[in-house]
Amino acid sequence: MLSIILLSVSGLANLFLGFLRSNRLILPLVLLVLAAVLAINIFDVDNSSAALAEWARTGYLRNMLFFDQYARVFTGVIVLTALLLLPFSQHYVQDDNPNLAEFYSLMLFSLVGAIMMVSYTNILILFLGIETLSIAMYVLAGSDKSNLRSNEAALKYFLMGSFATGILLFGVALLYGATGTFDLMQMGAAIRALPTADATLAPMMYVGILLMLIGIGFKISAAPFHFWTPDVYEGAPTIFTGFMSTVVKTAGVAGFFKLLVVAFGGDTIPFWLPTLTTMLVLTLLIGNVGAVAQTSVKRMLAYSSISHAGYLLLALVALRSGMLSANAIFFYSLAYSLATVAAFGVLQLVQNQRQREDYEGLNGLARTNPLLALAMTISMLSLAGIPLTAGFFGKFQLFNAAAQEGYIGLIVFAVVMSAIGIYYYLRPIIAMYMRPAVEGAEAPVPVTGLQSVVLVVLMGLTVLLGVLPGLLDGVLNVQ
Amino acid sequence: MLTALLLIWPVAAALLLHFVRGSAARALAFGASLVELVLALYAAFQFQTDYSLPHFELDYAWLASAGIHFHIGMDGLSLLLVLLTAFLVPLILLASFRHDYENPSVFYALVLFMQSGLIGVFVALDAFVFYFFWEVALIPIYFLAGVWGGERRVQVTLKFFIYTVVGSLLMLAGFVYLYYMTGASGAARSSDLAAFYNLQLSAQEQSWLFLLIFAAFAIKMPLFPLHSWQPDTYEQAPAPATMLLSGIMLKMGIYGTLRWLLPVVPLGVSRWVAPVMVLAVVGIIYGALIAIRQRDMKRLIAFSSLSHVGLMIAGMFSLTAVGLQGTVIQMLAHGVNVVGMFFIADIIERRTGTRQIPELGGLTRATPLLSVTFLVILLGTVALPLTNGFVGEFLLLMGVYQFNPWLGAVAGLTIVFGAVYLLRMFQRVMLGPDSSFSAVIRDLTGAELAVLVPLVVMVFWIGLFPGTFMHISEPAVNKLLVLINR
Repeated sequence: MLSIILLSVSGLANLFLGFLRSNRLILPLVLLVLAAVLAINIFDVDNSSAALAEWARTGYLRNMLFFDQYARVFTGVIVLTALLLLPFSQHYVQDDNPNLAEFYSLMLFSLVGAIMMVSYTNILILFLGIETLSIAMYVLAGSDKSNLRSNEAALKYFLMGSFATGILLFGVALLYGATGTFDLMQMGAAIRALPTADATLAPMMYVGILLMLIGIGFKISAAPFHFWTPDVYEGAPTIFTGFMSTVVKTAGVAGFFKLLVVAFGGDTIPFWLPTLTTMLVLTLLIGNVGAVAQTSVKRMLAYSSISHAGYLLLALVALRSGMLSANAIFFYSLAYSLATVAAFGVLQLVQNQRQREDYEGLNGLARTNPLLALAMTISMLSLAGIPLTAGFFGKFQLFNAAAQEGYIGLIVFAVVMSAIGIYYYLRPIIAMYMRPAVEGAEAPVPVTGLQSVVLVVLMGLTVLLGVLPGLLDGVLNVQ
Repeated sequence: MLTALLLIWPVAAALLLHFVRGSAARALAFGASLVELVLALYAAFQFQTDYSLPHFELDYAWLASAGIHFHIGMDGLSLLLVLLTAFLVPLILLASFRHDYENPSVFYALVLFMQSGLIGVFVALDAFVFYFFWEVALIPIYFLAGVWGGERRVQVTLKFFIYTVVGSLLMLAGFVYLYYMTGASGAARSSDLAAFYNLQLSAQEQSWLFLLIFAAFAIKMPLFPLHSWQPDTYEQAPAPATMLLSGIMLKMGIYGTLRWLLPVVPLGVSRWVAPVMVLAVVGIIYGALIAIRQRDMKRLIAFSSLSHVGLMIAGMFSLTAVGLQGTVIQMLAHGVNVVGMFFIADIIERRTGTRQIPELGGLTRATPLLSVTFLVILLGTVALPLTNGFVGEFLLLMGVYQFNPWLGAVAGLTIVFGAVYLLRMFQRVMLGPDSSFSAVIRDLTGAELAVLVPLVVMVFWIGLFPGTFMHISEPAVNKLLVLINR
């Protein structure tokens, strides 16, 4: 709870920093706030089990939000991701940038939305969280105002996004009509009882569930609702693309999982499971096959992010394995976020200097910037799921959860897809290490000290989790 | 603990290398690999007499909630392969001293990193640990071949990488299935080797598990017709990487089959043994015939290796005591010989600027030392009696003969063909009419002798006193046989 308050207040306060003559203070302050939120989230005394029981008993905040272990763990992933990503936005910090304060405020607000999405106990809060997150992202996608692609991205994202929001809201309304409540637990109980209790209302509920699946499927860019993703990811400034493909995805999947387990559980699972399984298969197929054909690293990463939504859906499909699924989502989203932040961070730095985002732009990077090349390499290996990196154990845990529920066919399919993935994740590595730099781009890419430190931290965490995955055992321990 | 030390030391040294620039890097790497050799020898002398049990075990709960342990240890079989690795890596490093590789600290760090991965494969006693190191060993060799390799390195290494990763994913799928069979839920399951040995699976299950797991090993060895990555990769990789690939990495596949396939799914083995035997023998003939036609020395050695590995696979799948013993001894012999052959090819290429056999000739006049060492190692490869190749191939052929006399007869052609293409190569390169190089070529330098002398010593040691090694591997092999025939 404290994290939401702190982020909102500092987001508002940050807007006033825009009045200062110098912009240099903003980024350090934002980073400080994020670090504080992360620390509070880890050490928050409020979250003792006694306090949680008290919350549950009194219906604190009218049962709108609940900061259990689940919410805390995913808040941690989200805030950590943002904290590690933002240092790569250093190039925005210039005194003649009039909108700097707004950018960072919007980021903070979108984080508030993301935290709401993982801590809600009321469907309205889920909706509110999604909207808070999305509206901020619409603006950020178009923040490179003089760039036509960025404008296109914002418009596309906004139009498609608001359409999806409409569908989501329609679903919420139908479910409210069928069950008479917004509360997650009560709605879950009502949905389980409804098919037998009231046959006339049941169709309304089923349509509501499907519409919500579609709405959230859009937000986490699951196929066939992914069409906006490549264009928006490519057009948006790289740093915000990184933000979209990590924070938004983690929050979306974690929120989705909670919705499915708590509200749509029980006898209704067989109804929507085929839909979700179809989405999973399509997402993996389109993400991986689409990524192979790309010539731009950014677009490849966009498709790769679609495919990772597919892997995460595997845990949602296997939701009946309970803790196994939740843990897999946690581990995977952390591993994926670390790797993706490194990839977009390096890409942003290279772009600042070389003004290109295709594979050739990375040529010869190993020679000019060994650190950047190494960070990118570890990130790619992690995304590909090669051992020694966190990505391997992330995939292993997802497959483990799915195997527990007997989805052997899906696992085999996912393994084939990750074999395809290896091809396109190797391409940046080949470009960086095995090809000479393009003419005129032999100069090293400038990297600040803070960025180097962050890259080392990202690599260190990725390898650490790849060698000692047991470290996170039991961090997430609820339900 | 000693096993863990053997595993960690090369990585630690590799990390240290990043703080060293230039030629100091290779000296440090060489020193580190010597320390590793001393450690391995120390382990060998510390071994209690029972070579069939794992020694120096380490068992650490890796993913406790899933019942996965970081379990490593060495029995006689593992020990021999660890010794082979520890023996060859310093020589391979020394062999590369003449080359000036760009970014030497990264280059040598990758070689040491690779050594850790290889040793990890040989000492793993848990399926996921095995898989982990199996993949870890791939990453450095990919970069070694891809960054420092020849002209076509990018396509060739990409093919190599995808080939092997697809194989290992299939193996992982098989392991995961076995792992699921060991228990009902979570922590009750185990991916330990012993747990796999205890499984009672139906013949049907074992049959397709065999295919899944063998895919990875067959690609690595490689078994005909999955070899198409091999000659290109051997040719394009820089010499040290080729030696690592052919000398040690290839043994990963054979070792994996011995430890993780034959005893785990014995019923699956008996279902598929005939096709594998036939493919192995086809590989022998195919490799030999192609080798005869080669003009490039490196490619000739690559195909010769394919042919000899075919015999190892055939001997191993004879599932007889002699066949398995022969496989183990031949793994050592082949490691020594193929590294020597590639090194000599590299020496000749570096002096003359060509690997094309027709362009060479009459080198022996100015290079007595080179000629002698070349001939010894070559005869070891040809499997002349008193050399290491003879012991291994003799046992292997006996195994194949016991399995099926006809196949044994055909497999025996390895030696005949081997003599043809190898002696012909020697004749055309070292003897024959003088070429433009015969007068100017330099004989071996001290550093090169330092590499070749230990190899020559090993050629005779294994050839004359195979008992030294066989009594280490025998108990372990017998234990495997009991499991295979259960």
